[in-house]
Amino acid sequence: MEFFERFAVPHPSFAIYASMVGIALTSLAIVVGLTYFKKWGYLWREWITTVDHKRIGIMYILAALIMLLRGLVDAVMLRAQLAIPDNTILDSQHYNEVFSAHGVIMIMFMAMPFLFGLMNIVTPLQIGARDVAFPRLNAISFWLFFMGAMLFNIAFVVGGAPDAGWTSYFPLASEEFSPSVGTNYYMMSLQLSGLGTLMTGINFLTTIFRMRAPGLKLMQLPMFTWAMLVTNVLIIAVFPLFAVALAFGAMDRMFGTQFFTIGNGGMDMMWANLFWVWGHPEVYILILPAFGIYSEIISTFARRNLYGYKSMVASMVAITILSLVVWAHHFYTMGQGVLANSIFSIATMAIAVPTGIKIFNWLATLRKGKIEFTTPMLWSLAFIPTFLIGGVTGVMLAMASADFQYHNTMFLVAHFHYTIIPGVVYAFIAGLIYWWPKMFGFMLNEKIGKVSFWLVAIFFNVTFFPMFITGLDGQARRMYTYSEETGFGPLNLIASIGAIGLALGFIVLAYNIYWSTRYMPRNIGSDPWNARSLEWSIPSPVPVYNFATLPHVKSSQAFWDAKTKGHNLFPDKVEEIHMPNNSGVPFIMCVIFFIGAFSLIFDMIPLAIASLIGVFACMAYRSFEANHDHGYHIHVKEIEETEERLRGANK
Amino acid sequence: MAQLFPKHHVMGFIFSLVLTVVAMAVVVYDLSYTAAMAILLITAFMQAGVQLVMFMHAGESEDKVTIYTNVIYMVFFAIVTILGTLLLFIWDM
Repeated sequence: MEFFERFAVPHPSFAIYASMVGIALTSLAIVVGLTYFKKWGYLWREWITTVDHKRIGIMYILAALIMLLRGLVDAVMLRAQLAIPDNTILDSQHYNEVFSAHGVIMIMFMAMPFLFGLMNIVTPLQIGARDVAFPRLNAISFWLFFMGAMLFNIAFVVGGAPDAGWTSYFPLASEEFSPSVGTNYYMMSLQLSGLGTLMTGINFLTTIFRMRAPGLKLMQLPMFTWAMLVTNVLIIAVFPLFAVALAFGAMDRMFGTQFFTIGNGGMDMMWANLFWVWGHPEVYILILPAFGIYSEIISTFARRNLYGYKSMVASMVAITILSLVVWAHHFYTMGQGVLANSIFSIATMAIAVPTGIKIFNWLATLRKGKIEFTTPMLWSLAFIPTFLIGGVTGVMLAMASADFQYHNTMFLVAHFHYTIIPGVVYAFIAGLIYWWPKMFGFMLNEKIGKVSFWLVAIFFNVTFFPMFITGLDGQARRMYTYSEETGFGPLNLIASIGAIGLALGFIVLAYNIYWSTRYMPRNIGSDPWNARSLEWSIPSPVPVYNFATLPHVKSSQAFWDAKTKGHNLFPDKVEEIHMPNNSGVPFIMCVIFFIGAFSLIFDMIPLAIASLIGVFACMAYRSFEANHDHGYHIHVKEIEETEERLRGANK
Repeated sequence: MAQLFPKHHVMGFIFSLVLTVVAMAVVVYDLSYTAAMAILLITAFMQAGVQLVMFMHAGESEDKVTIYTNVIYMVFFAIVTILGTLLLFIWDM
């Protein structure tokens, strides 16, 4: 009986039991629905086994939107608890679990897949490639991420959710102080998705270096692709380190090693150190793609080419390097001396310089532009002032001596939401709306889109601005309650009302997707925004082979120059195209990974070993398969017919 | 005949033997901790360099620049991480 008791939730509540029922019913409904509509084969052939970067990108974005919903529900629960003093909606244990889940899900399972989704769909199209460098690896990346995310999401109904925060600091996260399996879930699910992230980084860096269209030089890459290039460099630098830190932490908890223990030669602070050596570049892994997205959108809708291309690239490279040398600003108060804090303090403030250059470049691009206020442009314009508030409060926090006052207060919470929400969420939503027609062949409704924009843009400030004030007054973060005498009540109530508005904004966004899928017209042409880069030169939605013939590129905005100056982008004749085969192996391998990780979490070693063998068997199978799996060819006639059909329908 | 003789490999082999013998000195002779660590660090990095250049042929192909950029980047990141951690935990704790 003891064996099964481990799977019970250690601290249950009505909400958790209700979730169990909800999850069971939803899963059942999905299975029944797929069987009833006979969609299993379609799902397997077209999606699960796919190696097409566009489909993988769509799956990433779908997963990200679902995780956005989950993270949003967590956030609303947190704000509900904090709305009035001495509230009792959540007890302390549940509050800990919910804020841990909110942080991990929003960063690792919402922002990261959203980034990879856009990266998958757009990068190969912007450089004129037919797929990524390693299509099969790309599928493995996605399924590893997906399995990691699912593993994290079942934690709260099977065995108990992690409750040590998204940073999961030791010694709190050690076996001694967090005895439930929750933190094991944290270690293993991030390990899986981190592995996928590292593979994506290698894959896309190779793609950008090796698979550019004829004539496309590095200094002519569209700004989004440049952002992806530096992002992937950062991923390759820091994710191996995170994998090692997670492995140490997992071994401490599962096998009794002593890396992060207090005694026995271990060093608990080393976890915080390693976590932030990864964690700080990680936030730049999220923000740099956003800078790329804004550059594309602002230049498209200001109808001007991007101001200061070279300084944009240089500032991104500078941010990349600086982001590697600032991590200690997350723990100024840990006990190191003034010298160390001063060095990291100055390095941190230095980041404001290249970021400022980028802000001024965007403003200069807007200057004298014929600005069109489309929805993606609205998100981008709202980003600039909002992010600026986040940025300048960041400089305040960077001052080590002052930080002793702000550390772990709501001021910090307000600061990083002011950077991450405009910097990442606005950007990815803007990018999603901007590239939506390229993915699906219809646009999202502008009117509904603007409603959701205004809801989010207004209520974001209502939610997070009060936290600056309560934080300066001393309200600590991660505290599940506060007394009435503190006087935090009214401002917290305002913040909670804001959270409802914010949630409403995202619901309208989801409704927009539903409405547009049903009612928006399908014949929109290949270039609905009158945009500048190569992805708009091919039909929407994009055919499986992307480019019938490879484009010949002469400038950084090849498609714009082709439109305005009349270059011929596609001088070549159509030839047979060689494409990679679909494969079920990545999915099967990642399911085995999932089983292995799950069995490690619950200390079922034989099953874990069996899974490891299974993973190696999948790799061995691939090695032998590679001898006879040569992909397939699309014939000239078929390409010409497809092009005729897609372009004809669009005109 | 000159083309057939694997000069690089033989030189690399001899270098790595010599470096191993020097590193052995740490065990054989009774050295102070500082001296021993210094010898080990220097020979270890030289050994890695020999492997990279002589056996893995970095610098012989067209990818020369890419490979060395990668190596320098990796070394930069490793040094930043290690020195930063030492600064935080030992030199200024």
